[in-house]
Amino acid sequence: MLQSFQERIRDAAGRGAALRLRGGGSKDFYGGAPRGELLETRGYAGVVDYEPTELVVTARCGTRLAQLEATLAASGQMLAFEPPHFGADATLGGCVAAGLSGPRRAAAGALRDFVLGARLLDGRARDLAFGGRVMKNVAGYDVSRLLAGSLGTLGLILEVSLKVLPRPPQELTLALELPEDKALDALNRWAGSPLPLSASAWRESELRIRLSGAPSAVRAAAEKIGGEIVDAAQAGGFWSRIREHADPYFAGDAPLWRLSLPSHAAPLGLPGAQLIEWGGALRWLRTRADGAAVRAAAARAGGHATLFRGGDRAAGAFAPLAPALLRLHRELKAAFDPAGVFNPGRLHPDF
Amino acid sequence: MGEALPVVDSVRQAEVARALRAFLPERCVLWQGEDTRPYECDGLTAYRQLPMVVALPETEEQVQRILRTCHALGVPVVPRGAGTGLSGGALPPGDGVLLSMAKFMRVMRLDPRARVAVVQPGVRNAAISDIAAPFGLYYAPDPSSQIACSIGGNVAENSGGVHCLKYGLTVHNVLRVRGYAMDGEPLDFGGEALDTPGLDLLALMVGSEGLLAVATEITVKLLPKPVAARVVMASFDDVEKAGDAVAAVIAAGIIPAGLEMMDQPATHAVEQFVGAGYDLEAQAILLCEVDGMPEEVEEEIAKVKEVFARAGATRLTVSRDEAERLKFWSGRKAAFPAMGRISPDYYCMDGTIPRKRLGEVLNFIGAMEKKYGLRCPNVFHAGDGNLHPLILFDANDPGQLRRTEEFSAEVLEKCIEVGGTITGEHGVGVEKIDQMCAQFRPAELELFHAVKHAFDPRGLLNPGKGVPTLTRCAEFGRMHVHGGALRHAELPRF
Repeated sequence: MLQSFQERIRDAAGRGAALRLRGGGSKDFYGGAPRGELLETRGYAGVVDYEPTELVVTARCGTRLAQLEATLAASGQMLAFEPPHFGADATLGGCVAAGLSGPRRAAAGALRDFVLGARLLDGRARDLAFGGRVMKNVAGYDVSRLLAGSLGTLGLILEVSLKVLPRPPQELTLALELPEDKALDALNRWAGSPLPLSASAWRESELRIRLSGAPSAVRAAAEKIGGEIVDAAQAGGFWSRIREHADPYFAGDAPLWRLSLPSHAAPLGLPGAQLIEWGGALRWLRTRADGAAVRAAAARAGGHATLFRGGDRAAGAFAPLAPALLRLHRELKAAFDPAGVFNPGRLHPDF
Repeated sequence: MGEALPVVDSVRQAEVARALRAFLPERCVLWQGEDTRPYECDGLTAYRQLPMVVALPETEEQVQRILRTCHALGVPVVPRGAGTGLSGGALPPGDGVLLSMAKFMRVMRLDPRARVAVVQPGVRNAAISDIAAPFGLYYAPDPSSQIACSIGGNVAENSGGVHCLKYGLTVHNVLRVRGYAMDGEPLDFGGEALDTPGLDLLALMVGSEGLLAVATEITVKLLPKPVAARVVMASFDDVEKAGDAVAAVIAAGIIPAGLEMMDQPATHAVEQFVGAGYDLEAQAILLCEVDGMPEEVEEEIAKVKEVFARAGATRLTVSRDEAERLKFWSGRKAAFPAMGRISPDYYCMDGTIPRKRLGEVLNFIGAMEKKYGLRCPNVFHAGDGNLHPLILFDANDPGQLRRTEEFSAEVLEKCIEVGGTITGEHGVGVEKIDQMCAQFRPAELELFHAVKHAFDPRGLLNPGKGVPTLTRCAEFGRMHVHGGALRHAELPRF
């Protein structure tokens, strides 16, 4: 299969054609519209190496994310960045290429923080390996981490090694009634004290907080924070619906914006309904407001806005890059994929 | 060393010094021998070279003009922080400018609510935690040189420390780096939000060993200081048992704040030096720190003790108070200087291995001790597989030099063979550049060069470090086949 991938890449590069790399297709909606000849990676699947006591798992790109998580769960471990699947067929390769993290991100780190190594086919169909299967490795530039969120524009990610963590012994969800400004204030205050917070979600005046850790620590933190304890089964469903965008907030066809801001940014006051995660650092917004106004507000607050679903993405789904960074992006793209074979337009309209 | 140092070209030197003096005050440009002497090496003192010119800028604008000027003149530039690096990453260029960031000492902003500190690159690692302490916050990465090393150097090397299994490396704790490319173009990577649009260039910048850009301002994440921390010290009569005990802790679902191993030769060396109370009968000792809320620490300490006991620990001691916790750590933190007390010189390796191969690698090191007739105590960041074997030798004995060099090359290649890496946290620099040829294939090295080219097309920033040329690897491979000493005319070793 590896050879057929290489042939497809060589062939496309020779003809000046584009390839659209696709795992489960669960994130086709994300970024610029996919184009090019379809190259499916689902067949290149399977866990290559998993030793729970090493805290590292290595798997092929086509491995279903659900299957990988089940394998880890059987050993009491997890992907701590809690990636959204957005579909039953989501694959590991697509997960890394999209670079998205879920509710635990503010506490545990992002997908990119857990990438230890990767193998990829570059635009010349060369089989390259970077990083490794160990926790600490500073030999060479950190190319494998660069692949996280690259939307497949740098190469076909063949295999990834990720750091995994034990599942917390206990989780508890609390619900508190708080308006937006008070909720942001509380979230930032709690984040500055040693509490075992592992997720937060605020919408329509209700703030939900998840605590994870040793039972004694969770108990002590719950007493400090207060609020109502949410039934455990219900809480599990709630966080998974937030992660998978299955919460009623995400229903309907109003454009969905993803605003990534410093957690302490004051309420933006933009029109439309909000859902706030990551202790204030991730603010979803349903709005038909002018995209430029949304982007400007996010930039003023020290962050950036992505048109995540729906709306008009002709000008690009992501916030424009500063000229110096755009130049570096072009140069790096040319270094990895000189013929421009992989996923053109997905990360940036120009390449 | 015994090899002639490259001679500084005095005509070129005068030209470059004059160009820099056109906009830098006299105190910011050094070129006379005695003034430049303190910059001839970093923490890897075996490699020395007098820089042609030293520039000590005081403002960002000066950094930009230095880079522009050197770029225009085609002069290599080597950035330097506190000079504590252990891989020769700041070894000066004999034909270029050593750019010292030592005067960039200001804390620009400390925001307890946002939990960030914005600092200049010359600020010391430990100083960040000191200024954050009144707010109950700290900067997590704690390399053992933290009282001296600078945050700029930490970014260049992606420095770790004893707490990185739980709290991550520099790359996990830096939010933003502002700086300049070699041509003087301002660059801004990352931000105070948790991500940025486009490729994660911040990840590329961290650990790039000063080859991609010069950092002038760094924003770091501050974490709430854990309320409680305690250490379990466990003795084992066999190093492999100690290794298995580490795996057992992880298998029990515990991520300790720190998990360190020292073998018997290492504990004997440090015990004479600091008296940390280590068990000298033990073949290996483990230090396992647990932190968090007090209730949680009690719960986990009990679990760790139980796991160690089941794994065959011959003695278990738990720190009773903060003073005792620091005492237990004092030996580990003094491991390097302690080696300096028992041997004229020591050479520190930095390989990382999958933990399950520990026994095999330690046996291999034991065999190498016999083969080369040199002692090699081991300290080990056991939680994350990062080994620091310390070869003891006498640099005045040329035979020992050669043997040390071959010993370390064999160990690093063993690390690669078992699926590990030649450097976990000290960087490649000039020191491990030949082993890069063993770790990476030509196409991978080519891609590294292409990445470098995207940032610095003329290859003027910290040239000759980090990534070997393919020619050099071909040369190295040939010498390797001959099984001879790794000699390079241009680089004095040890």
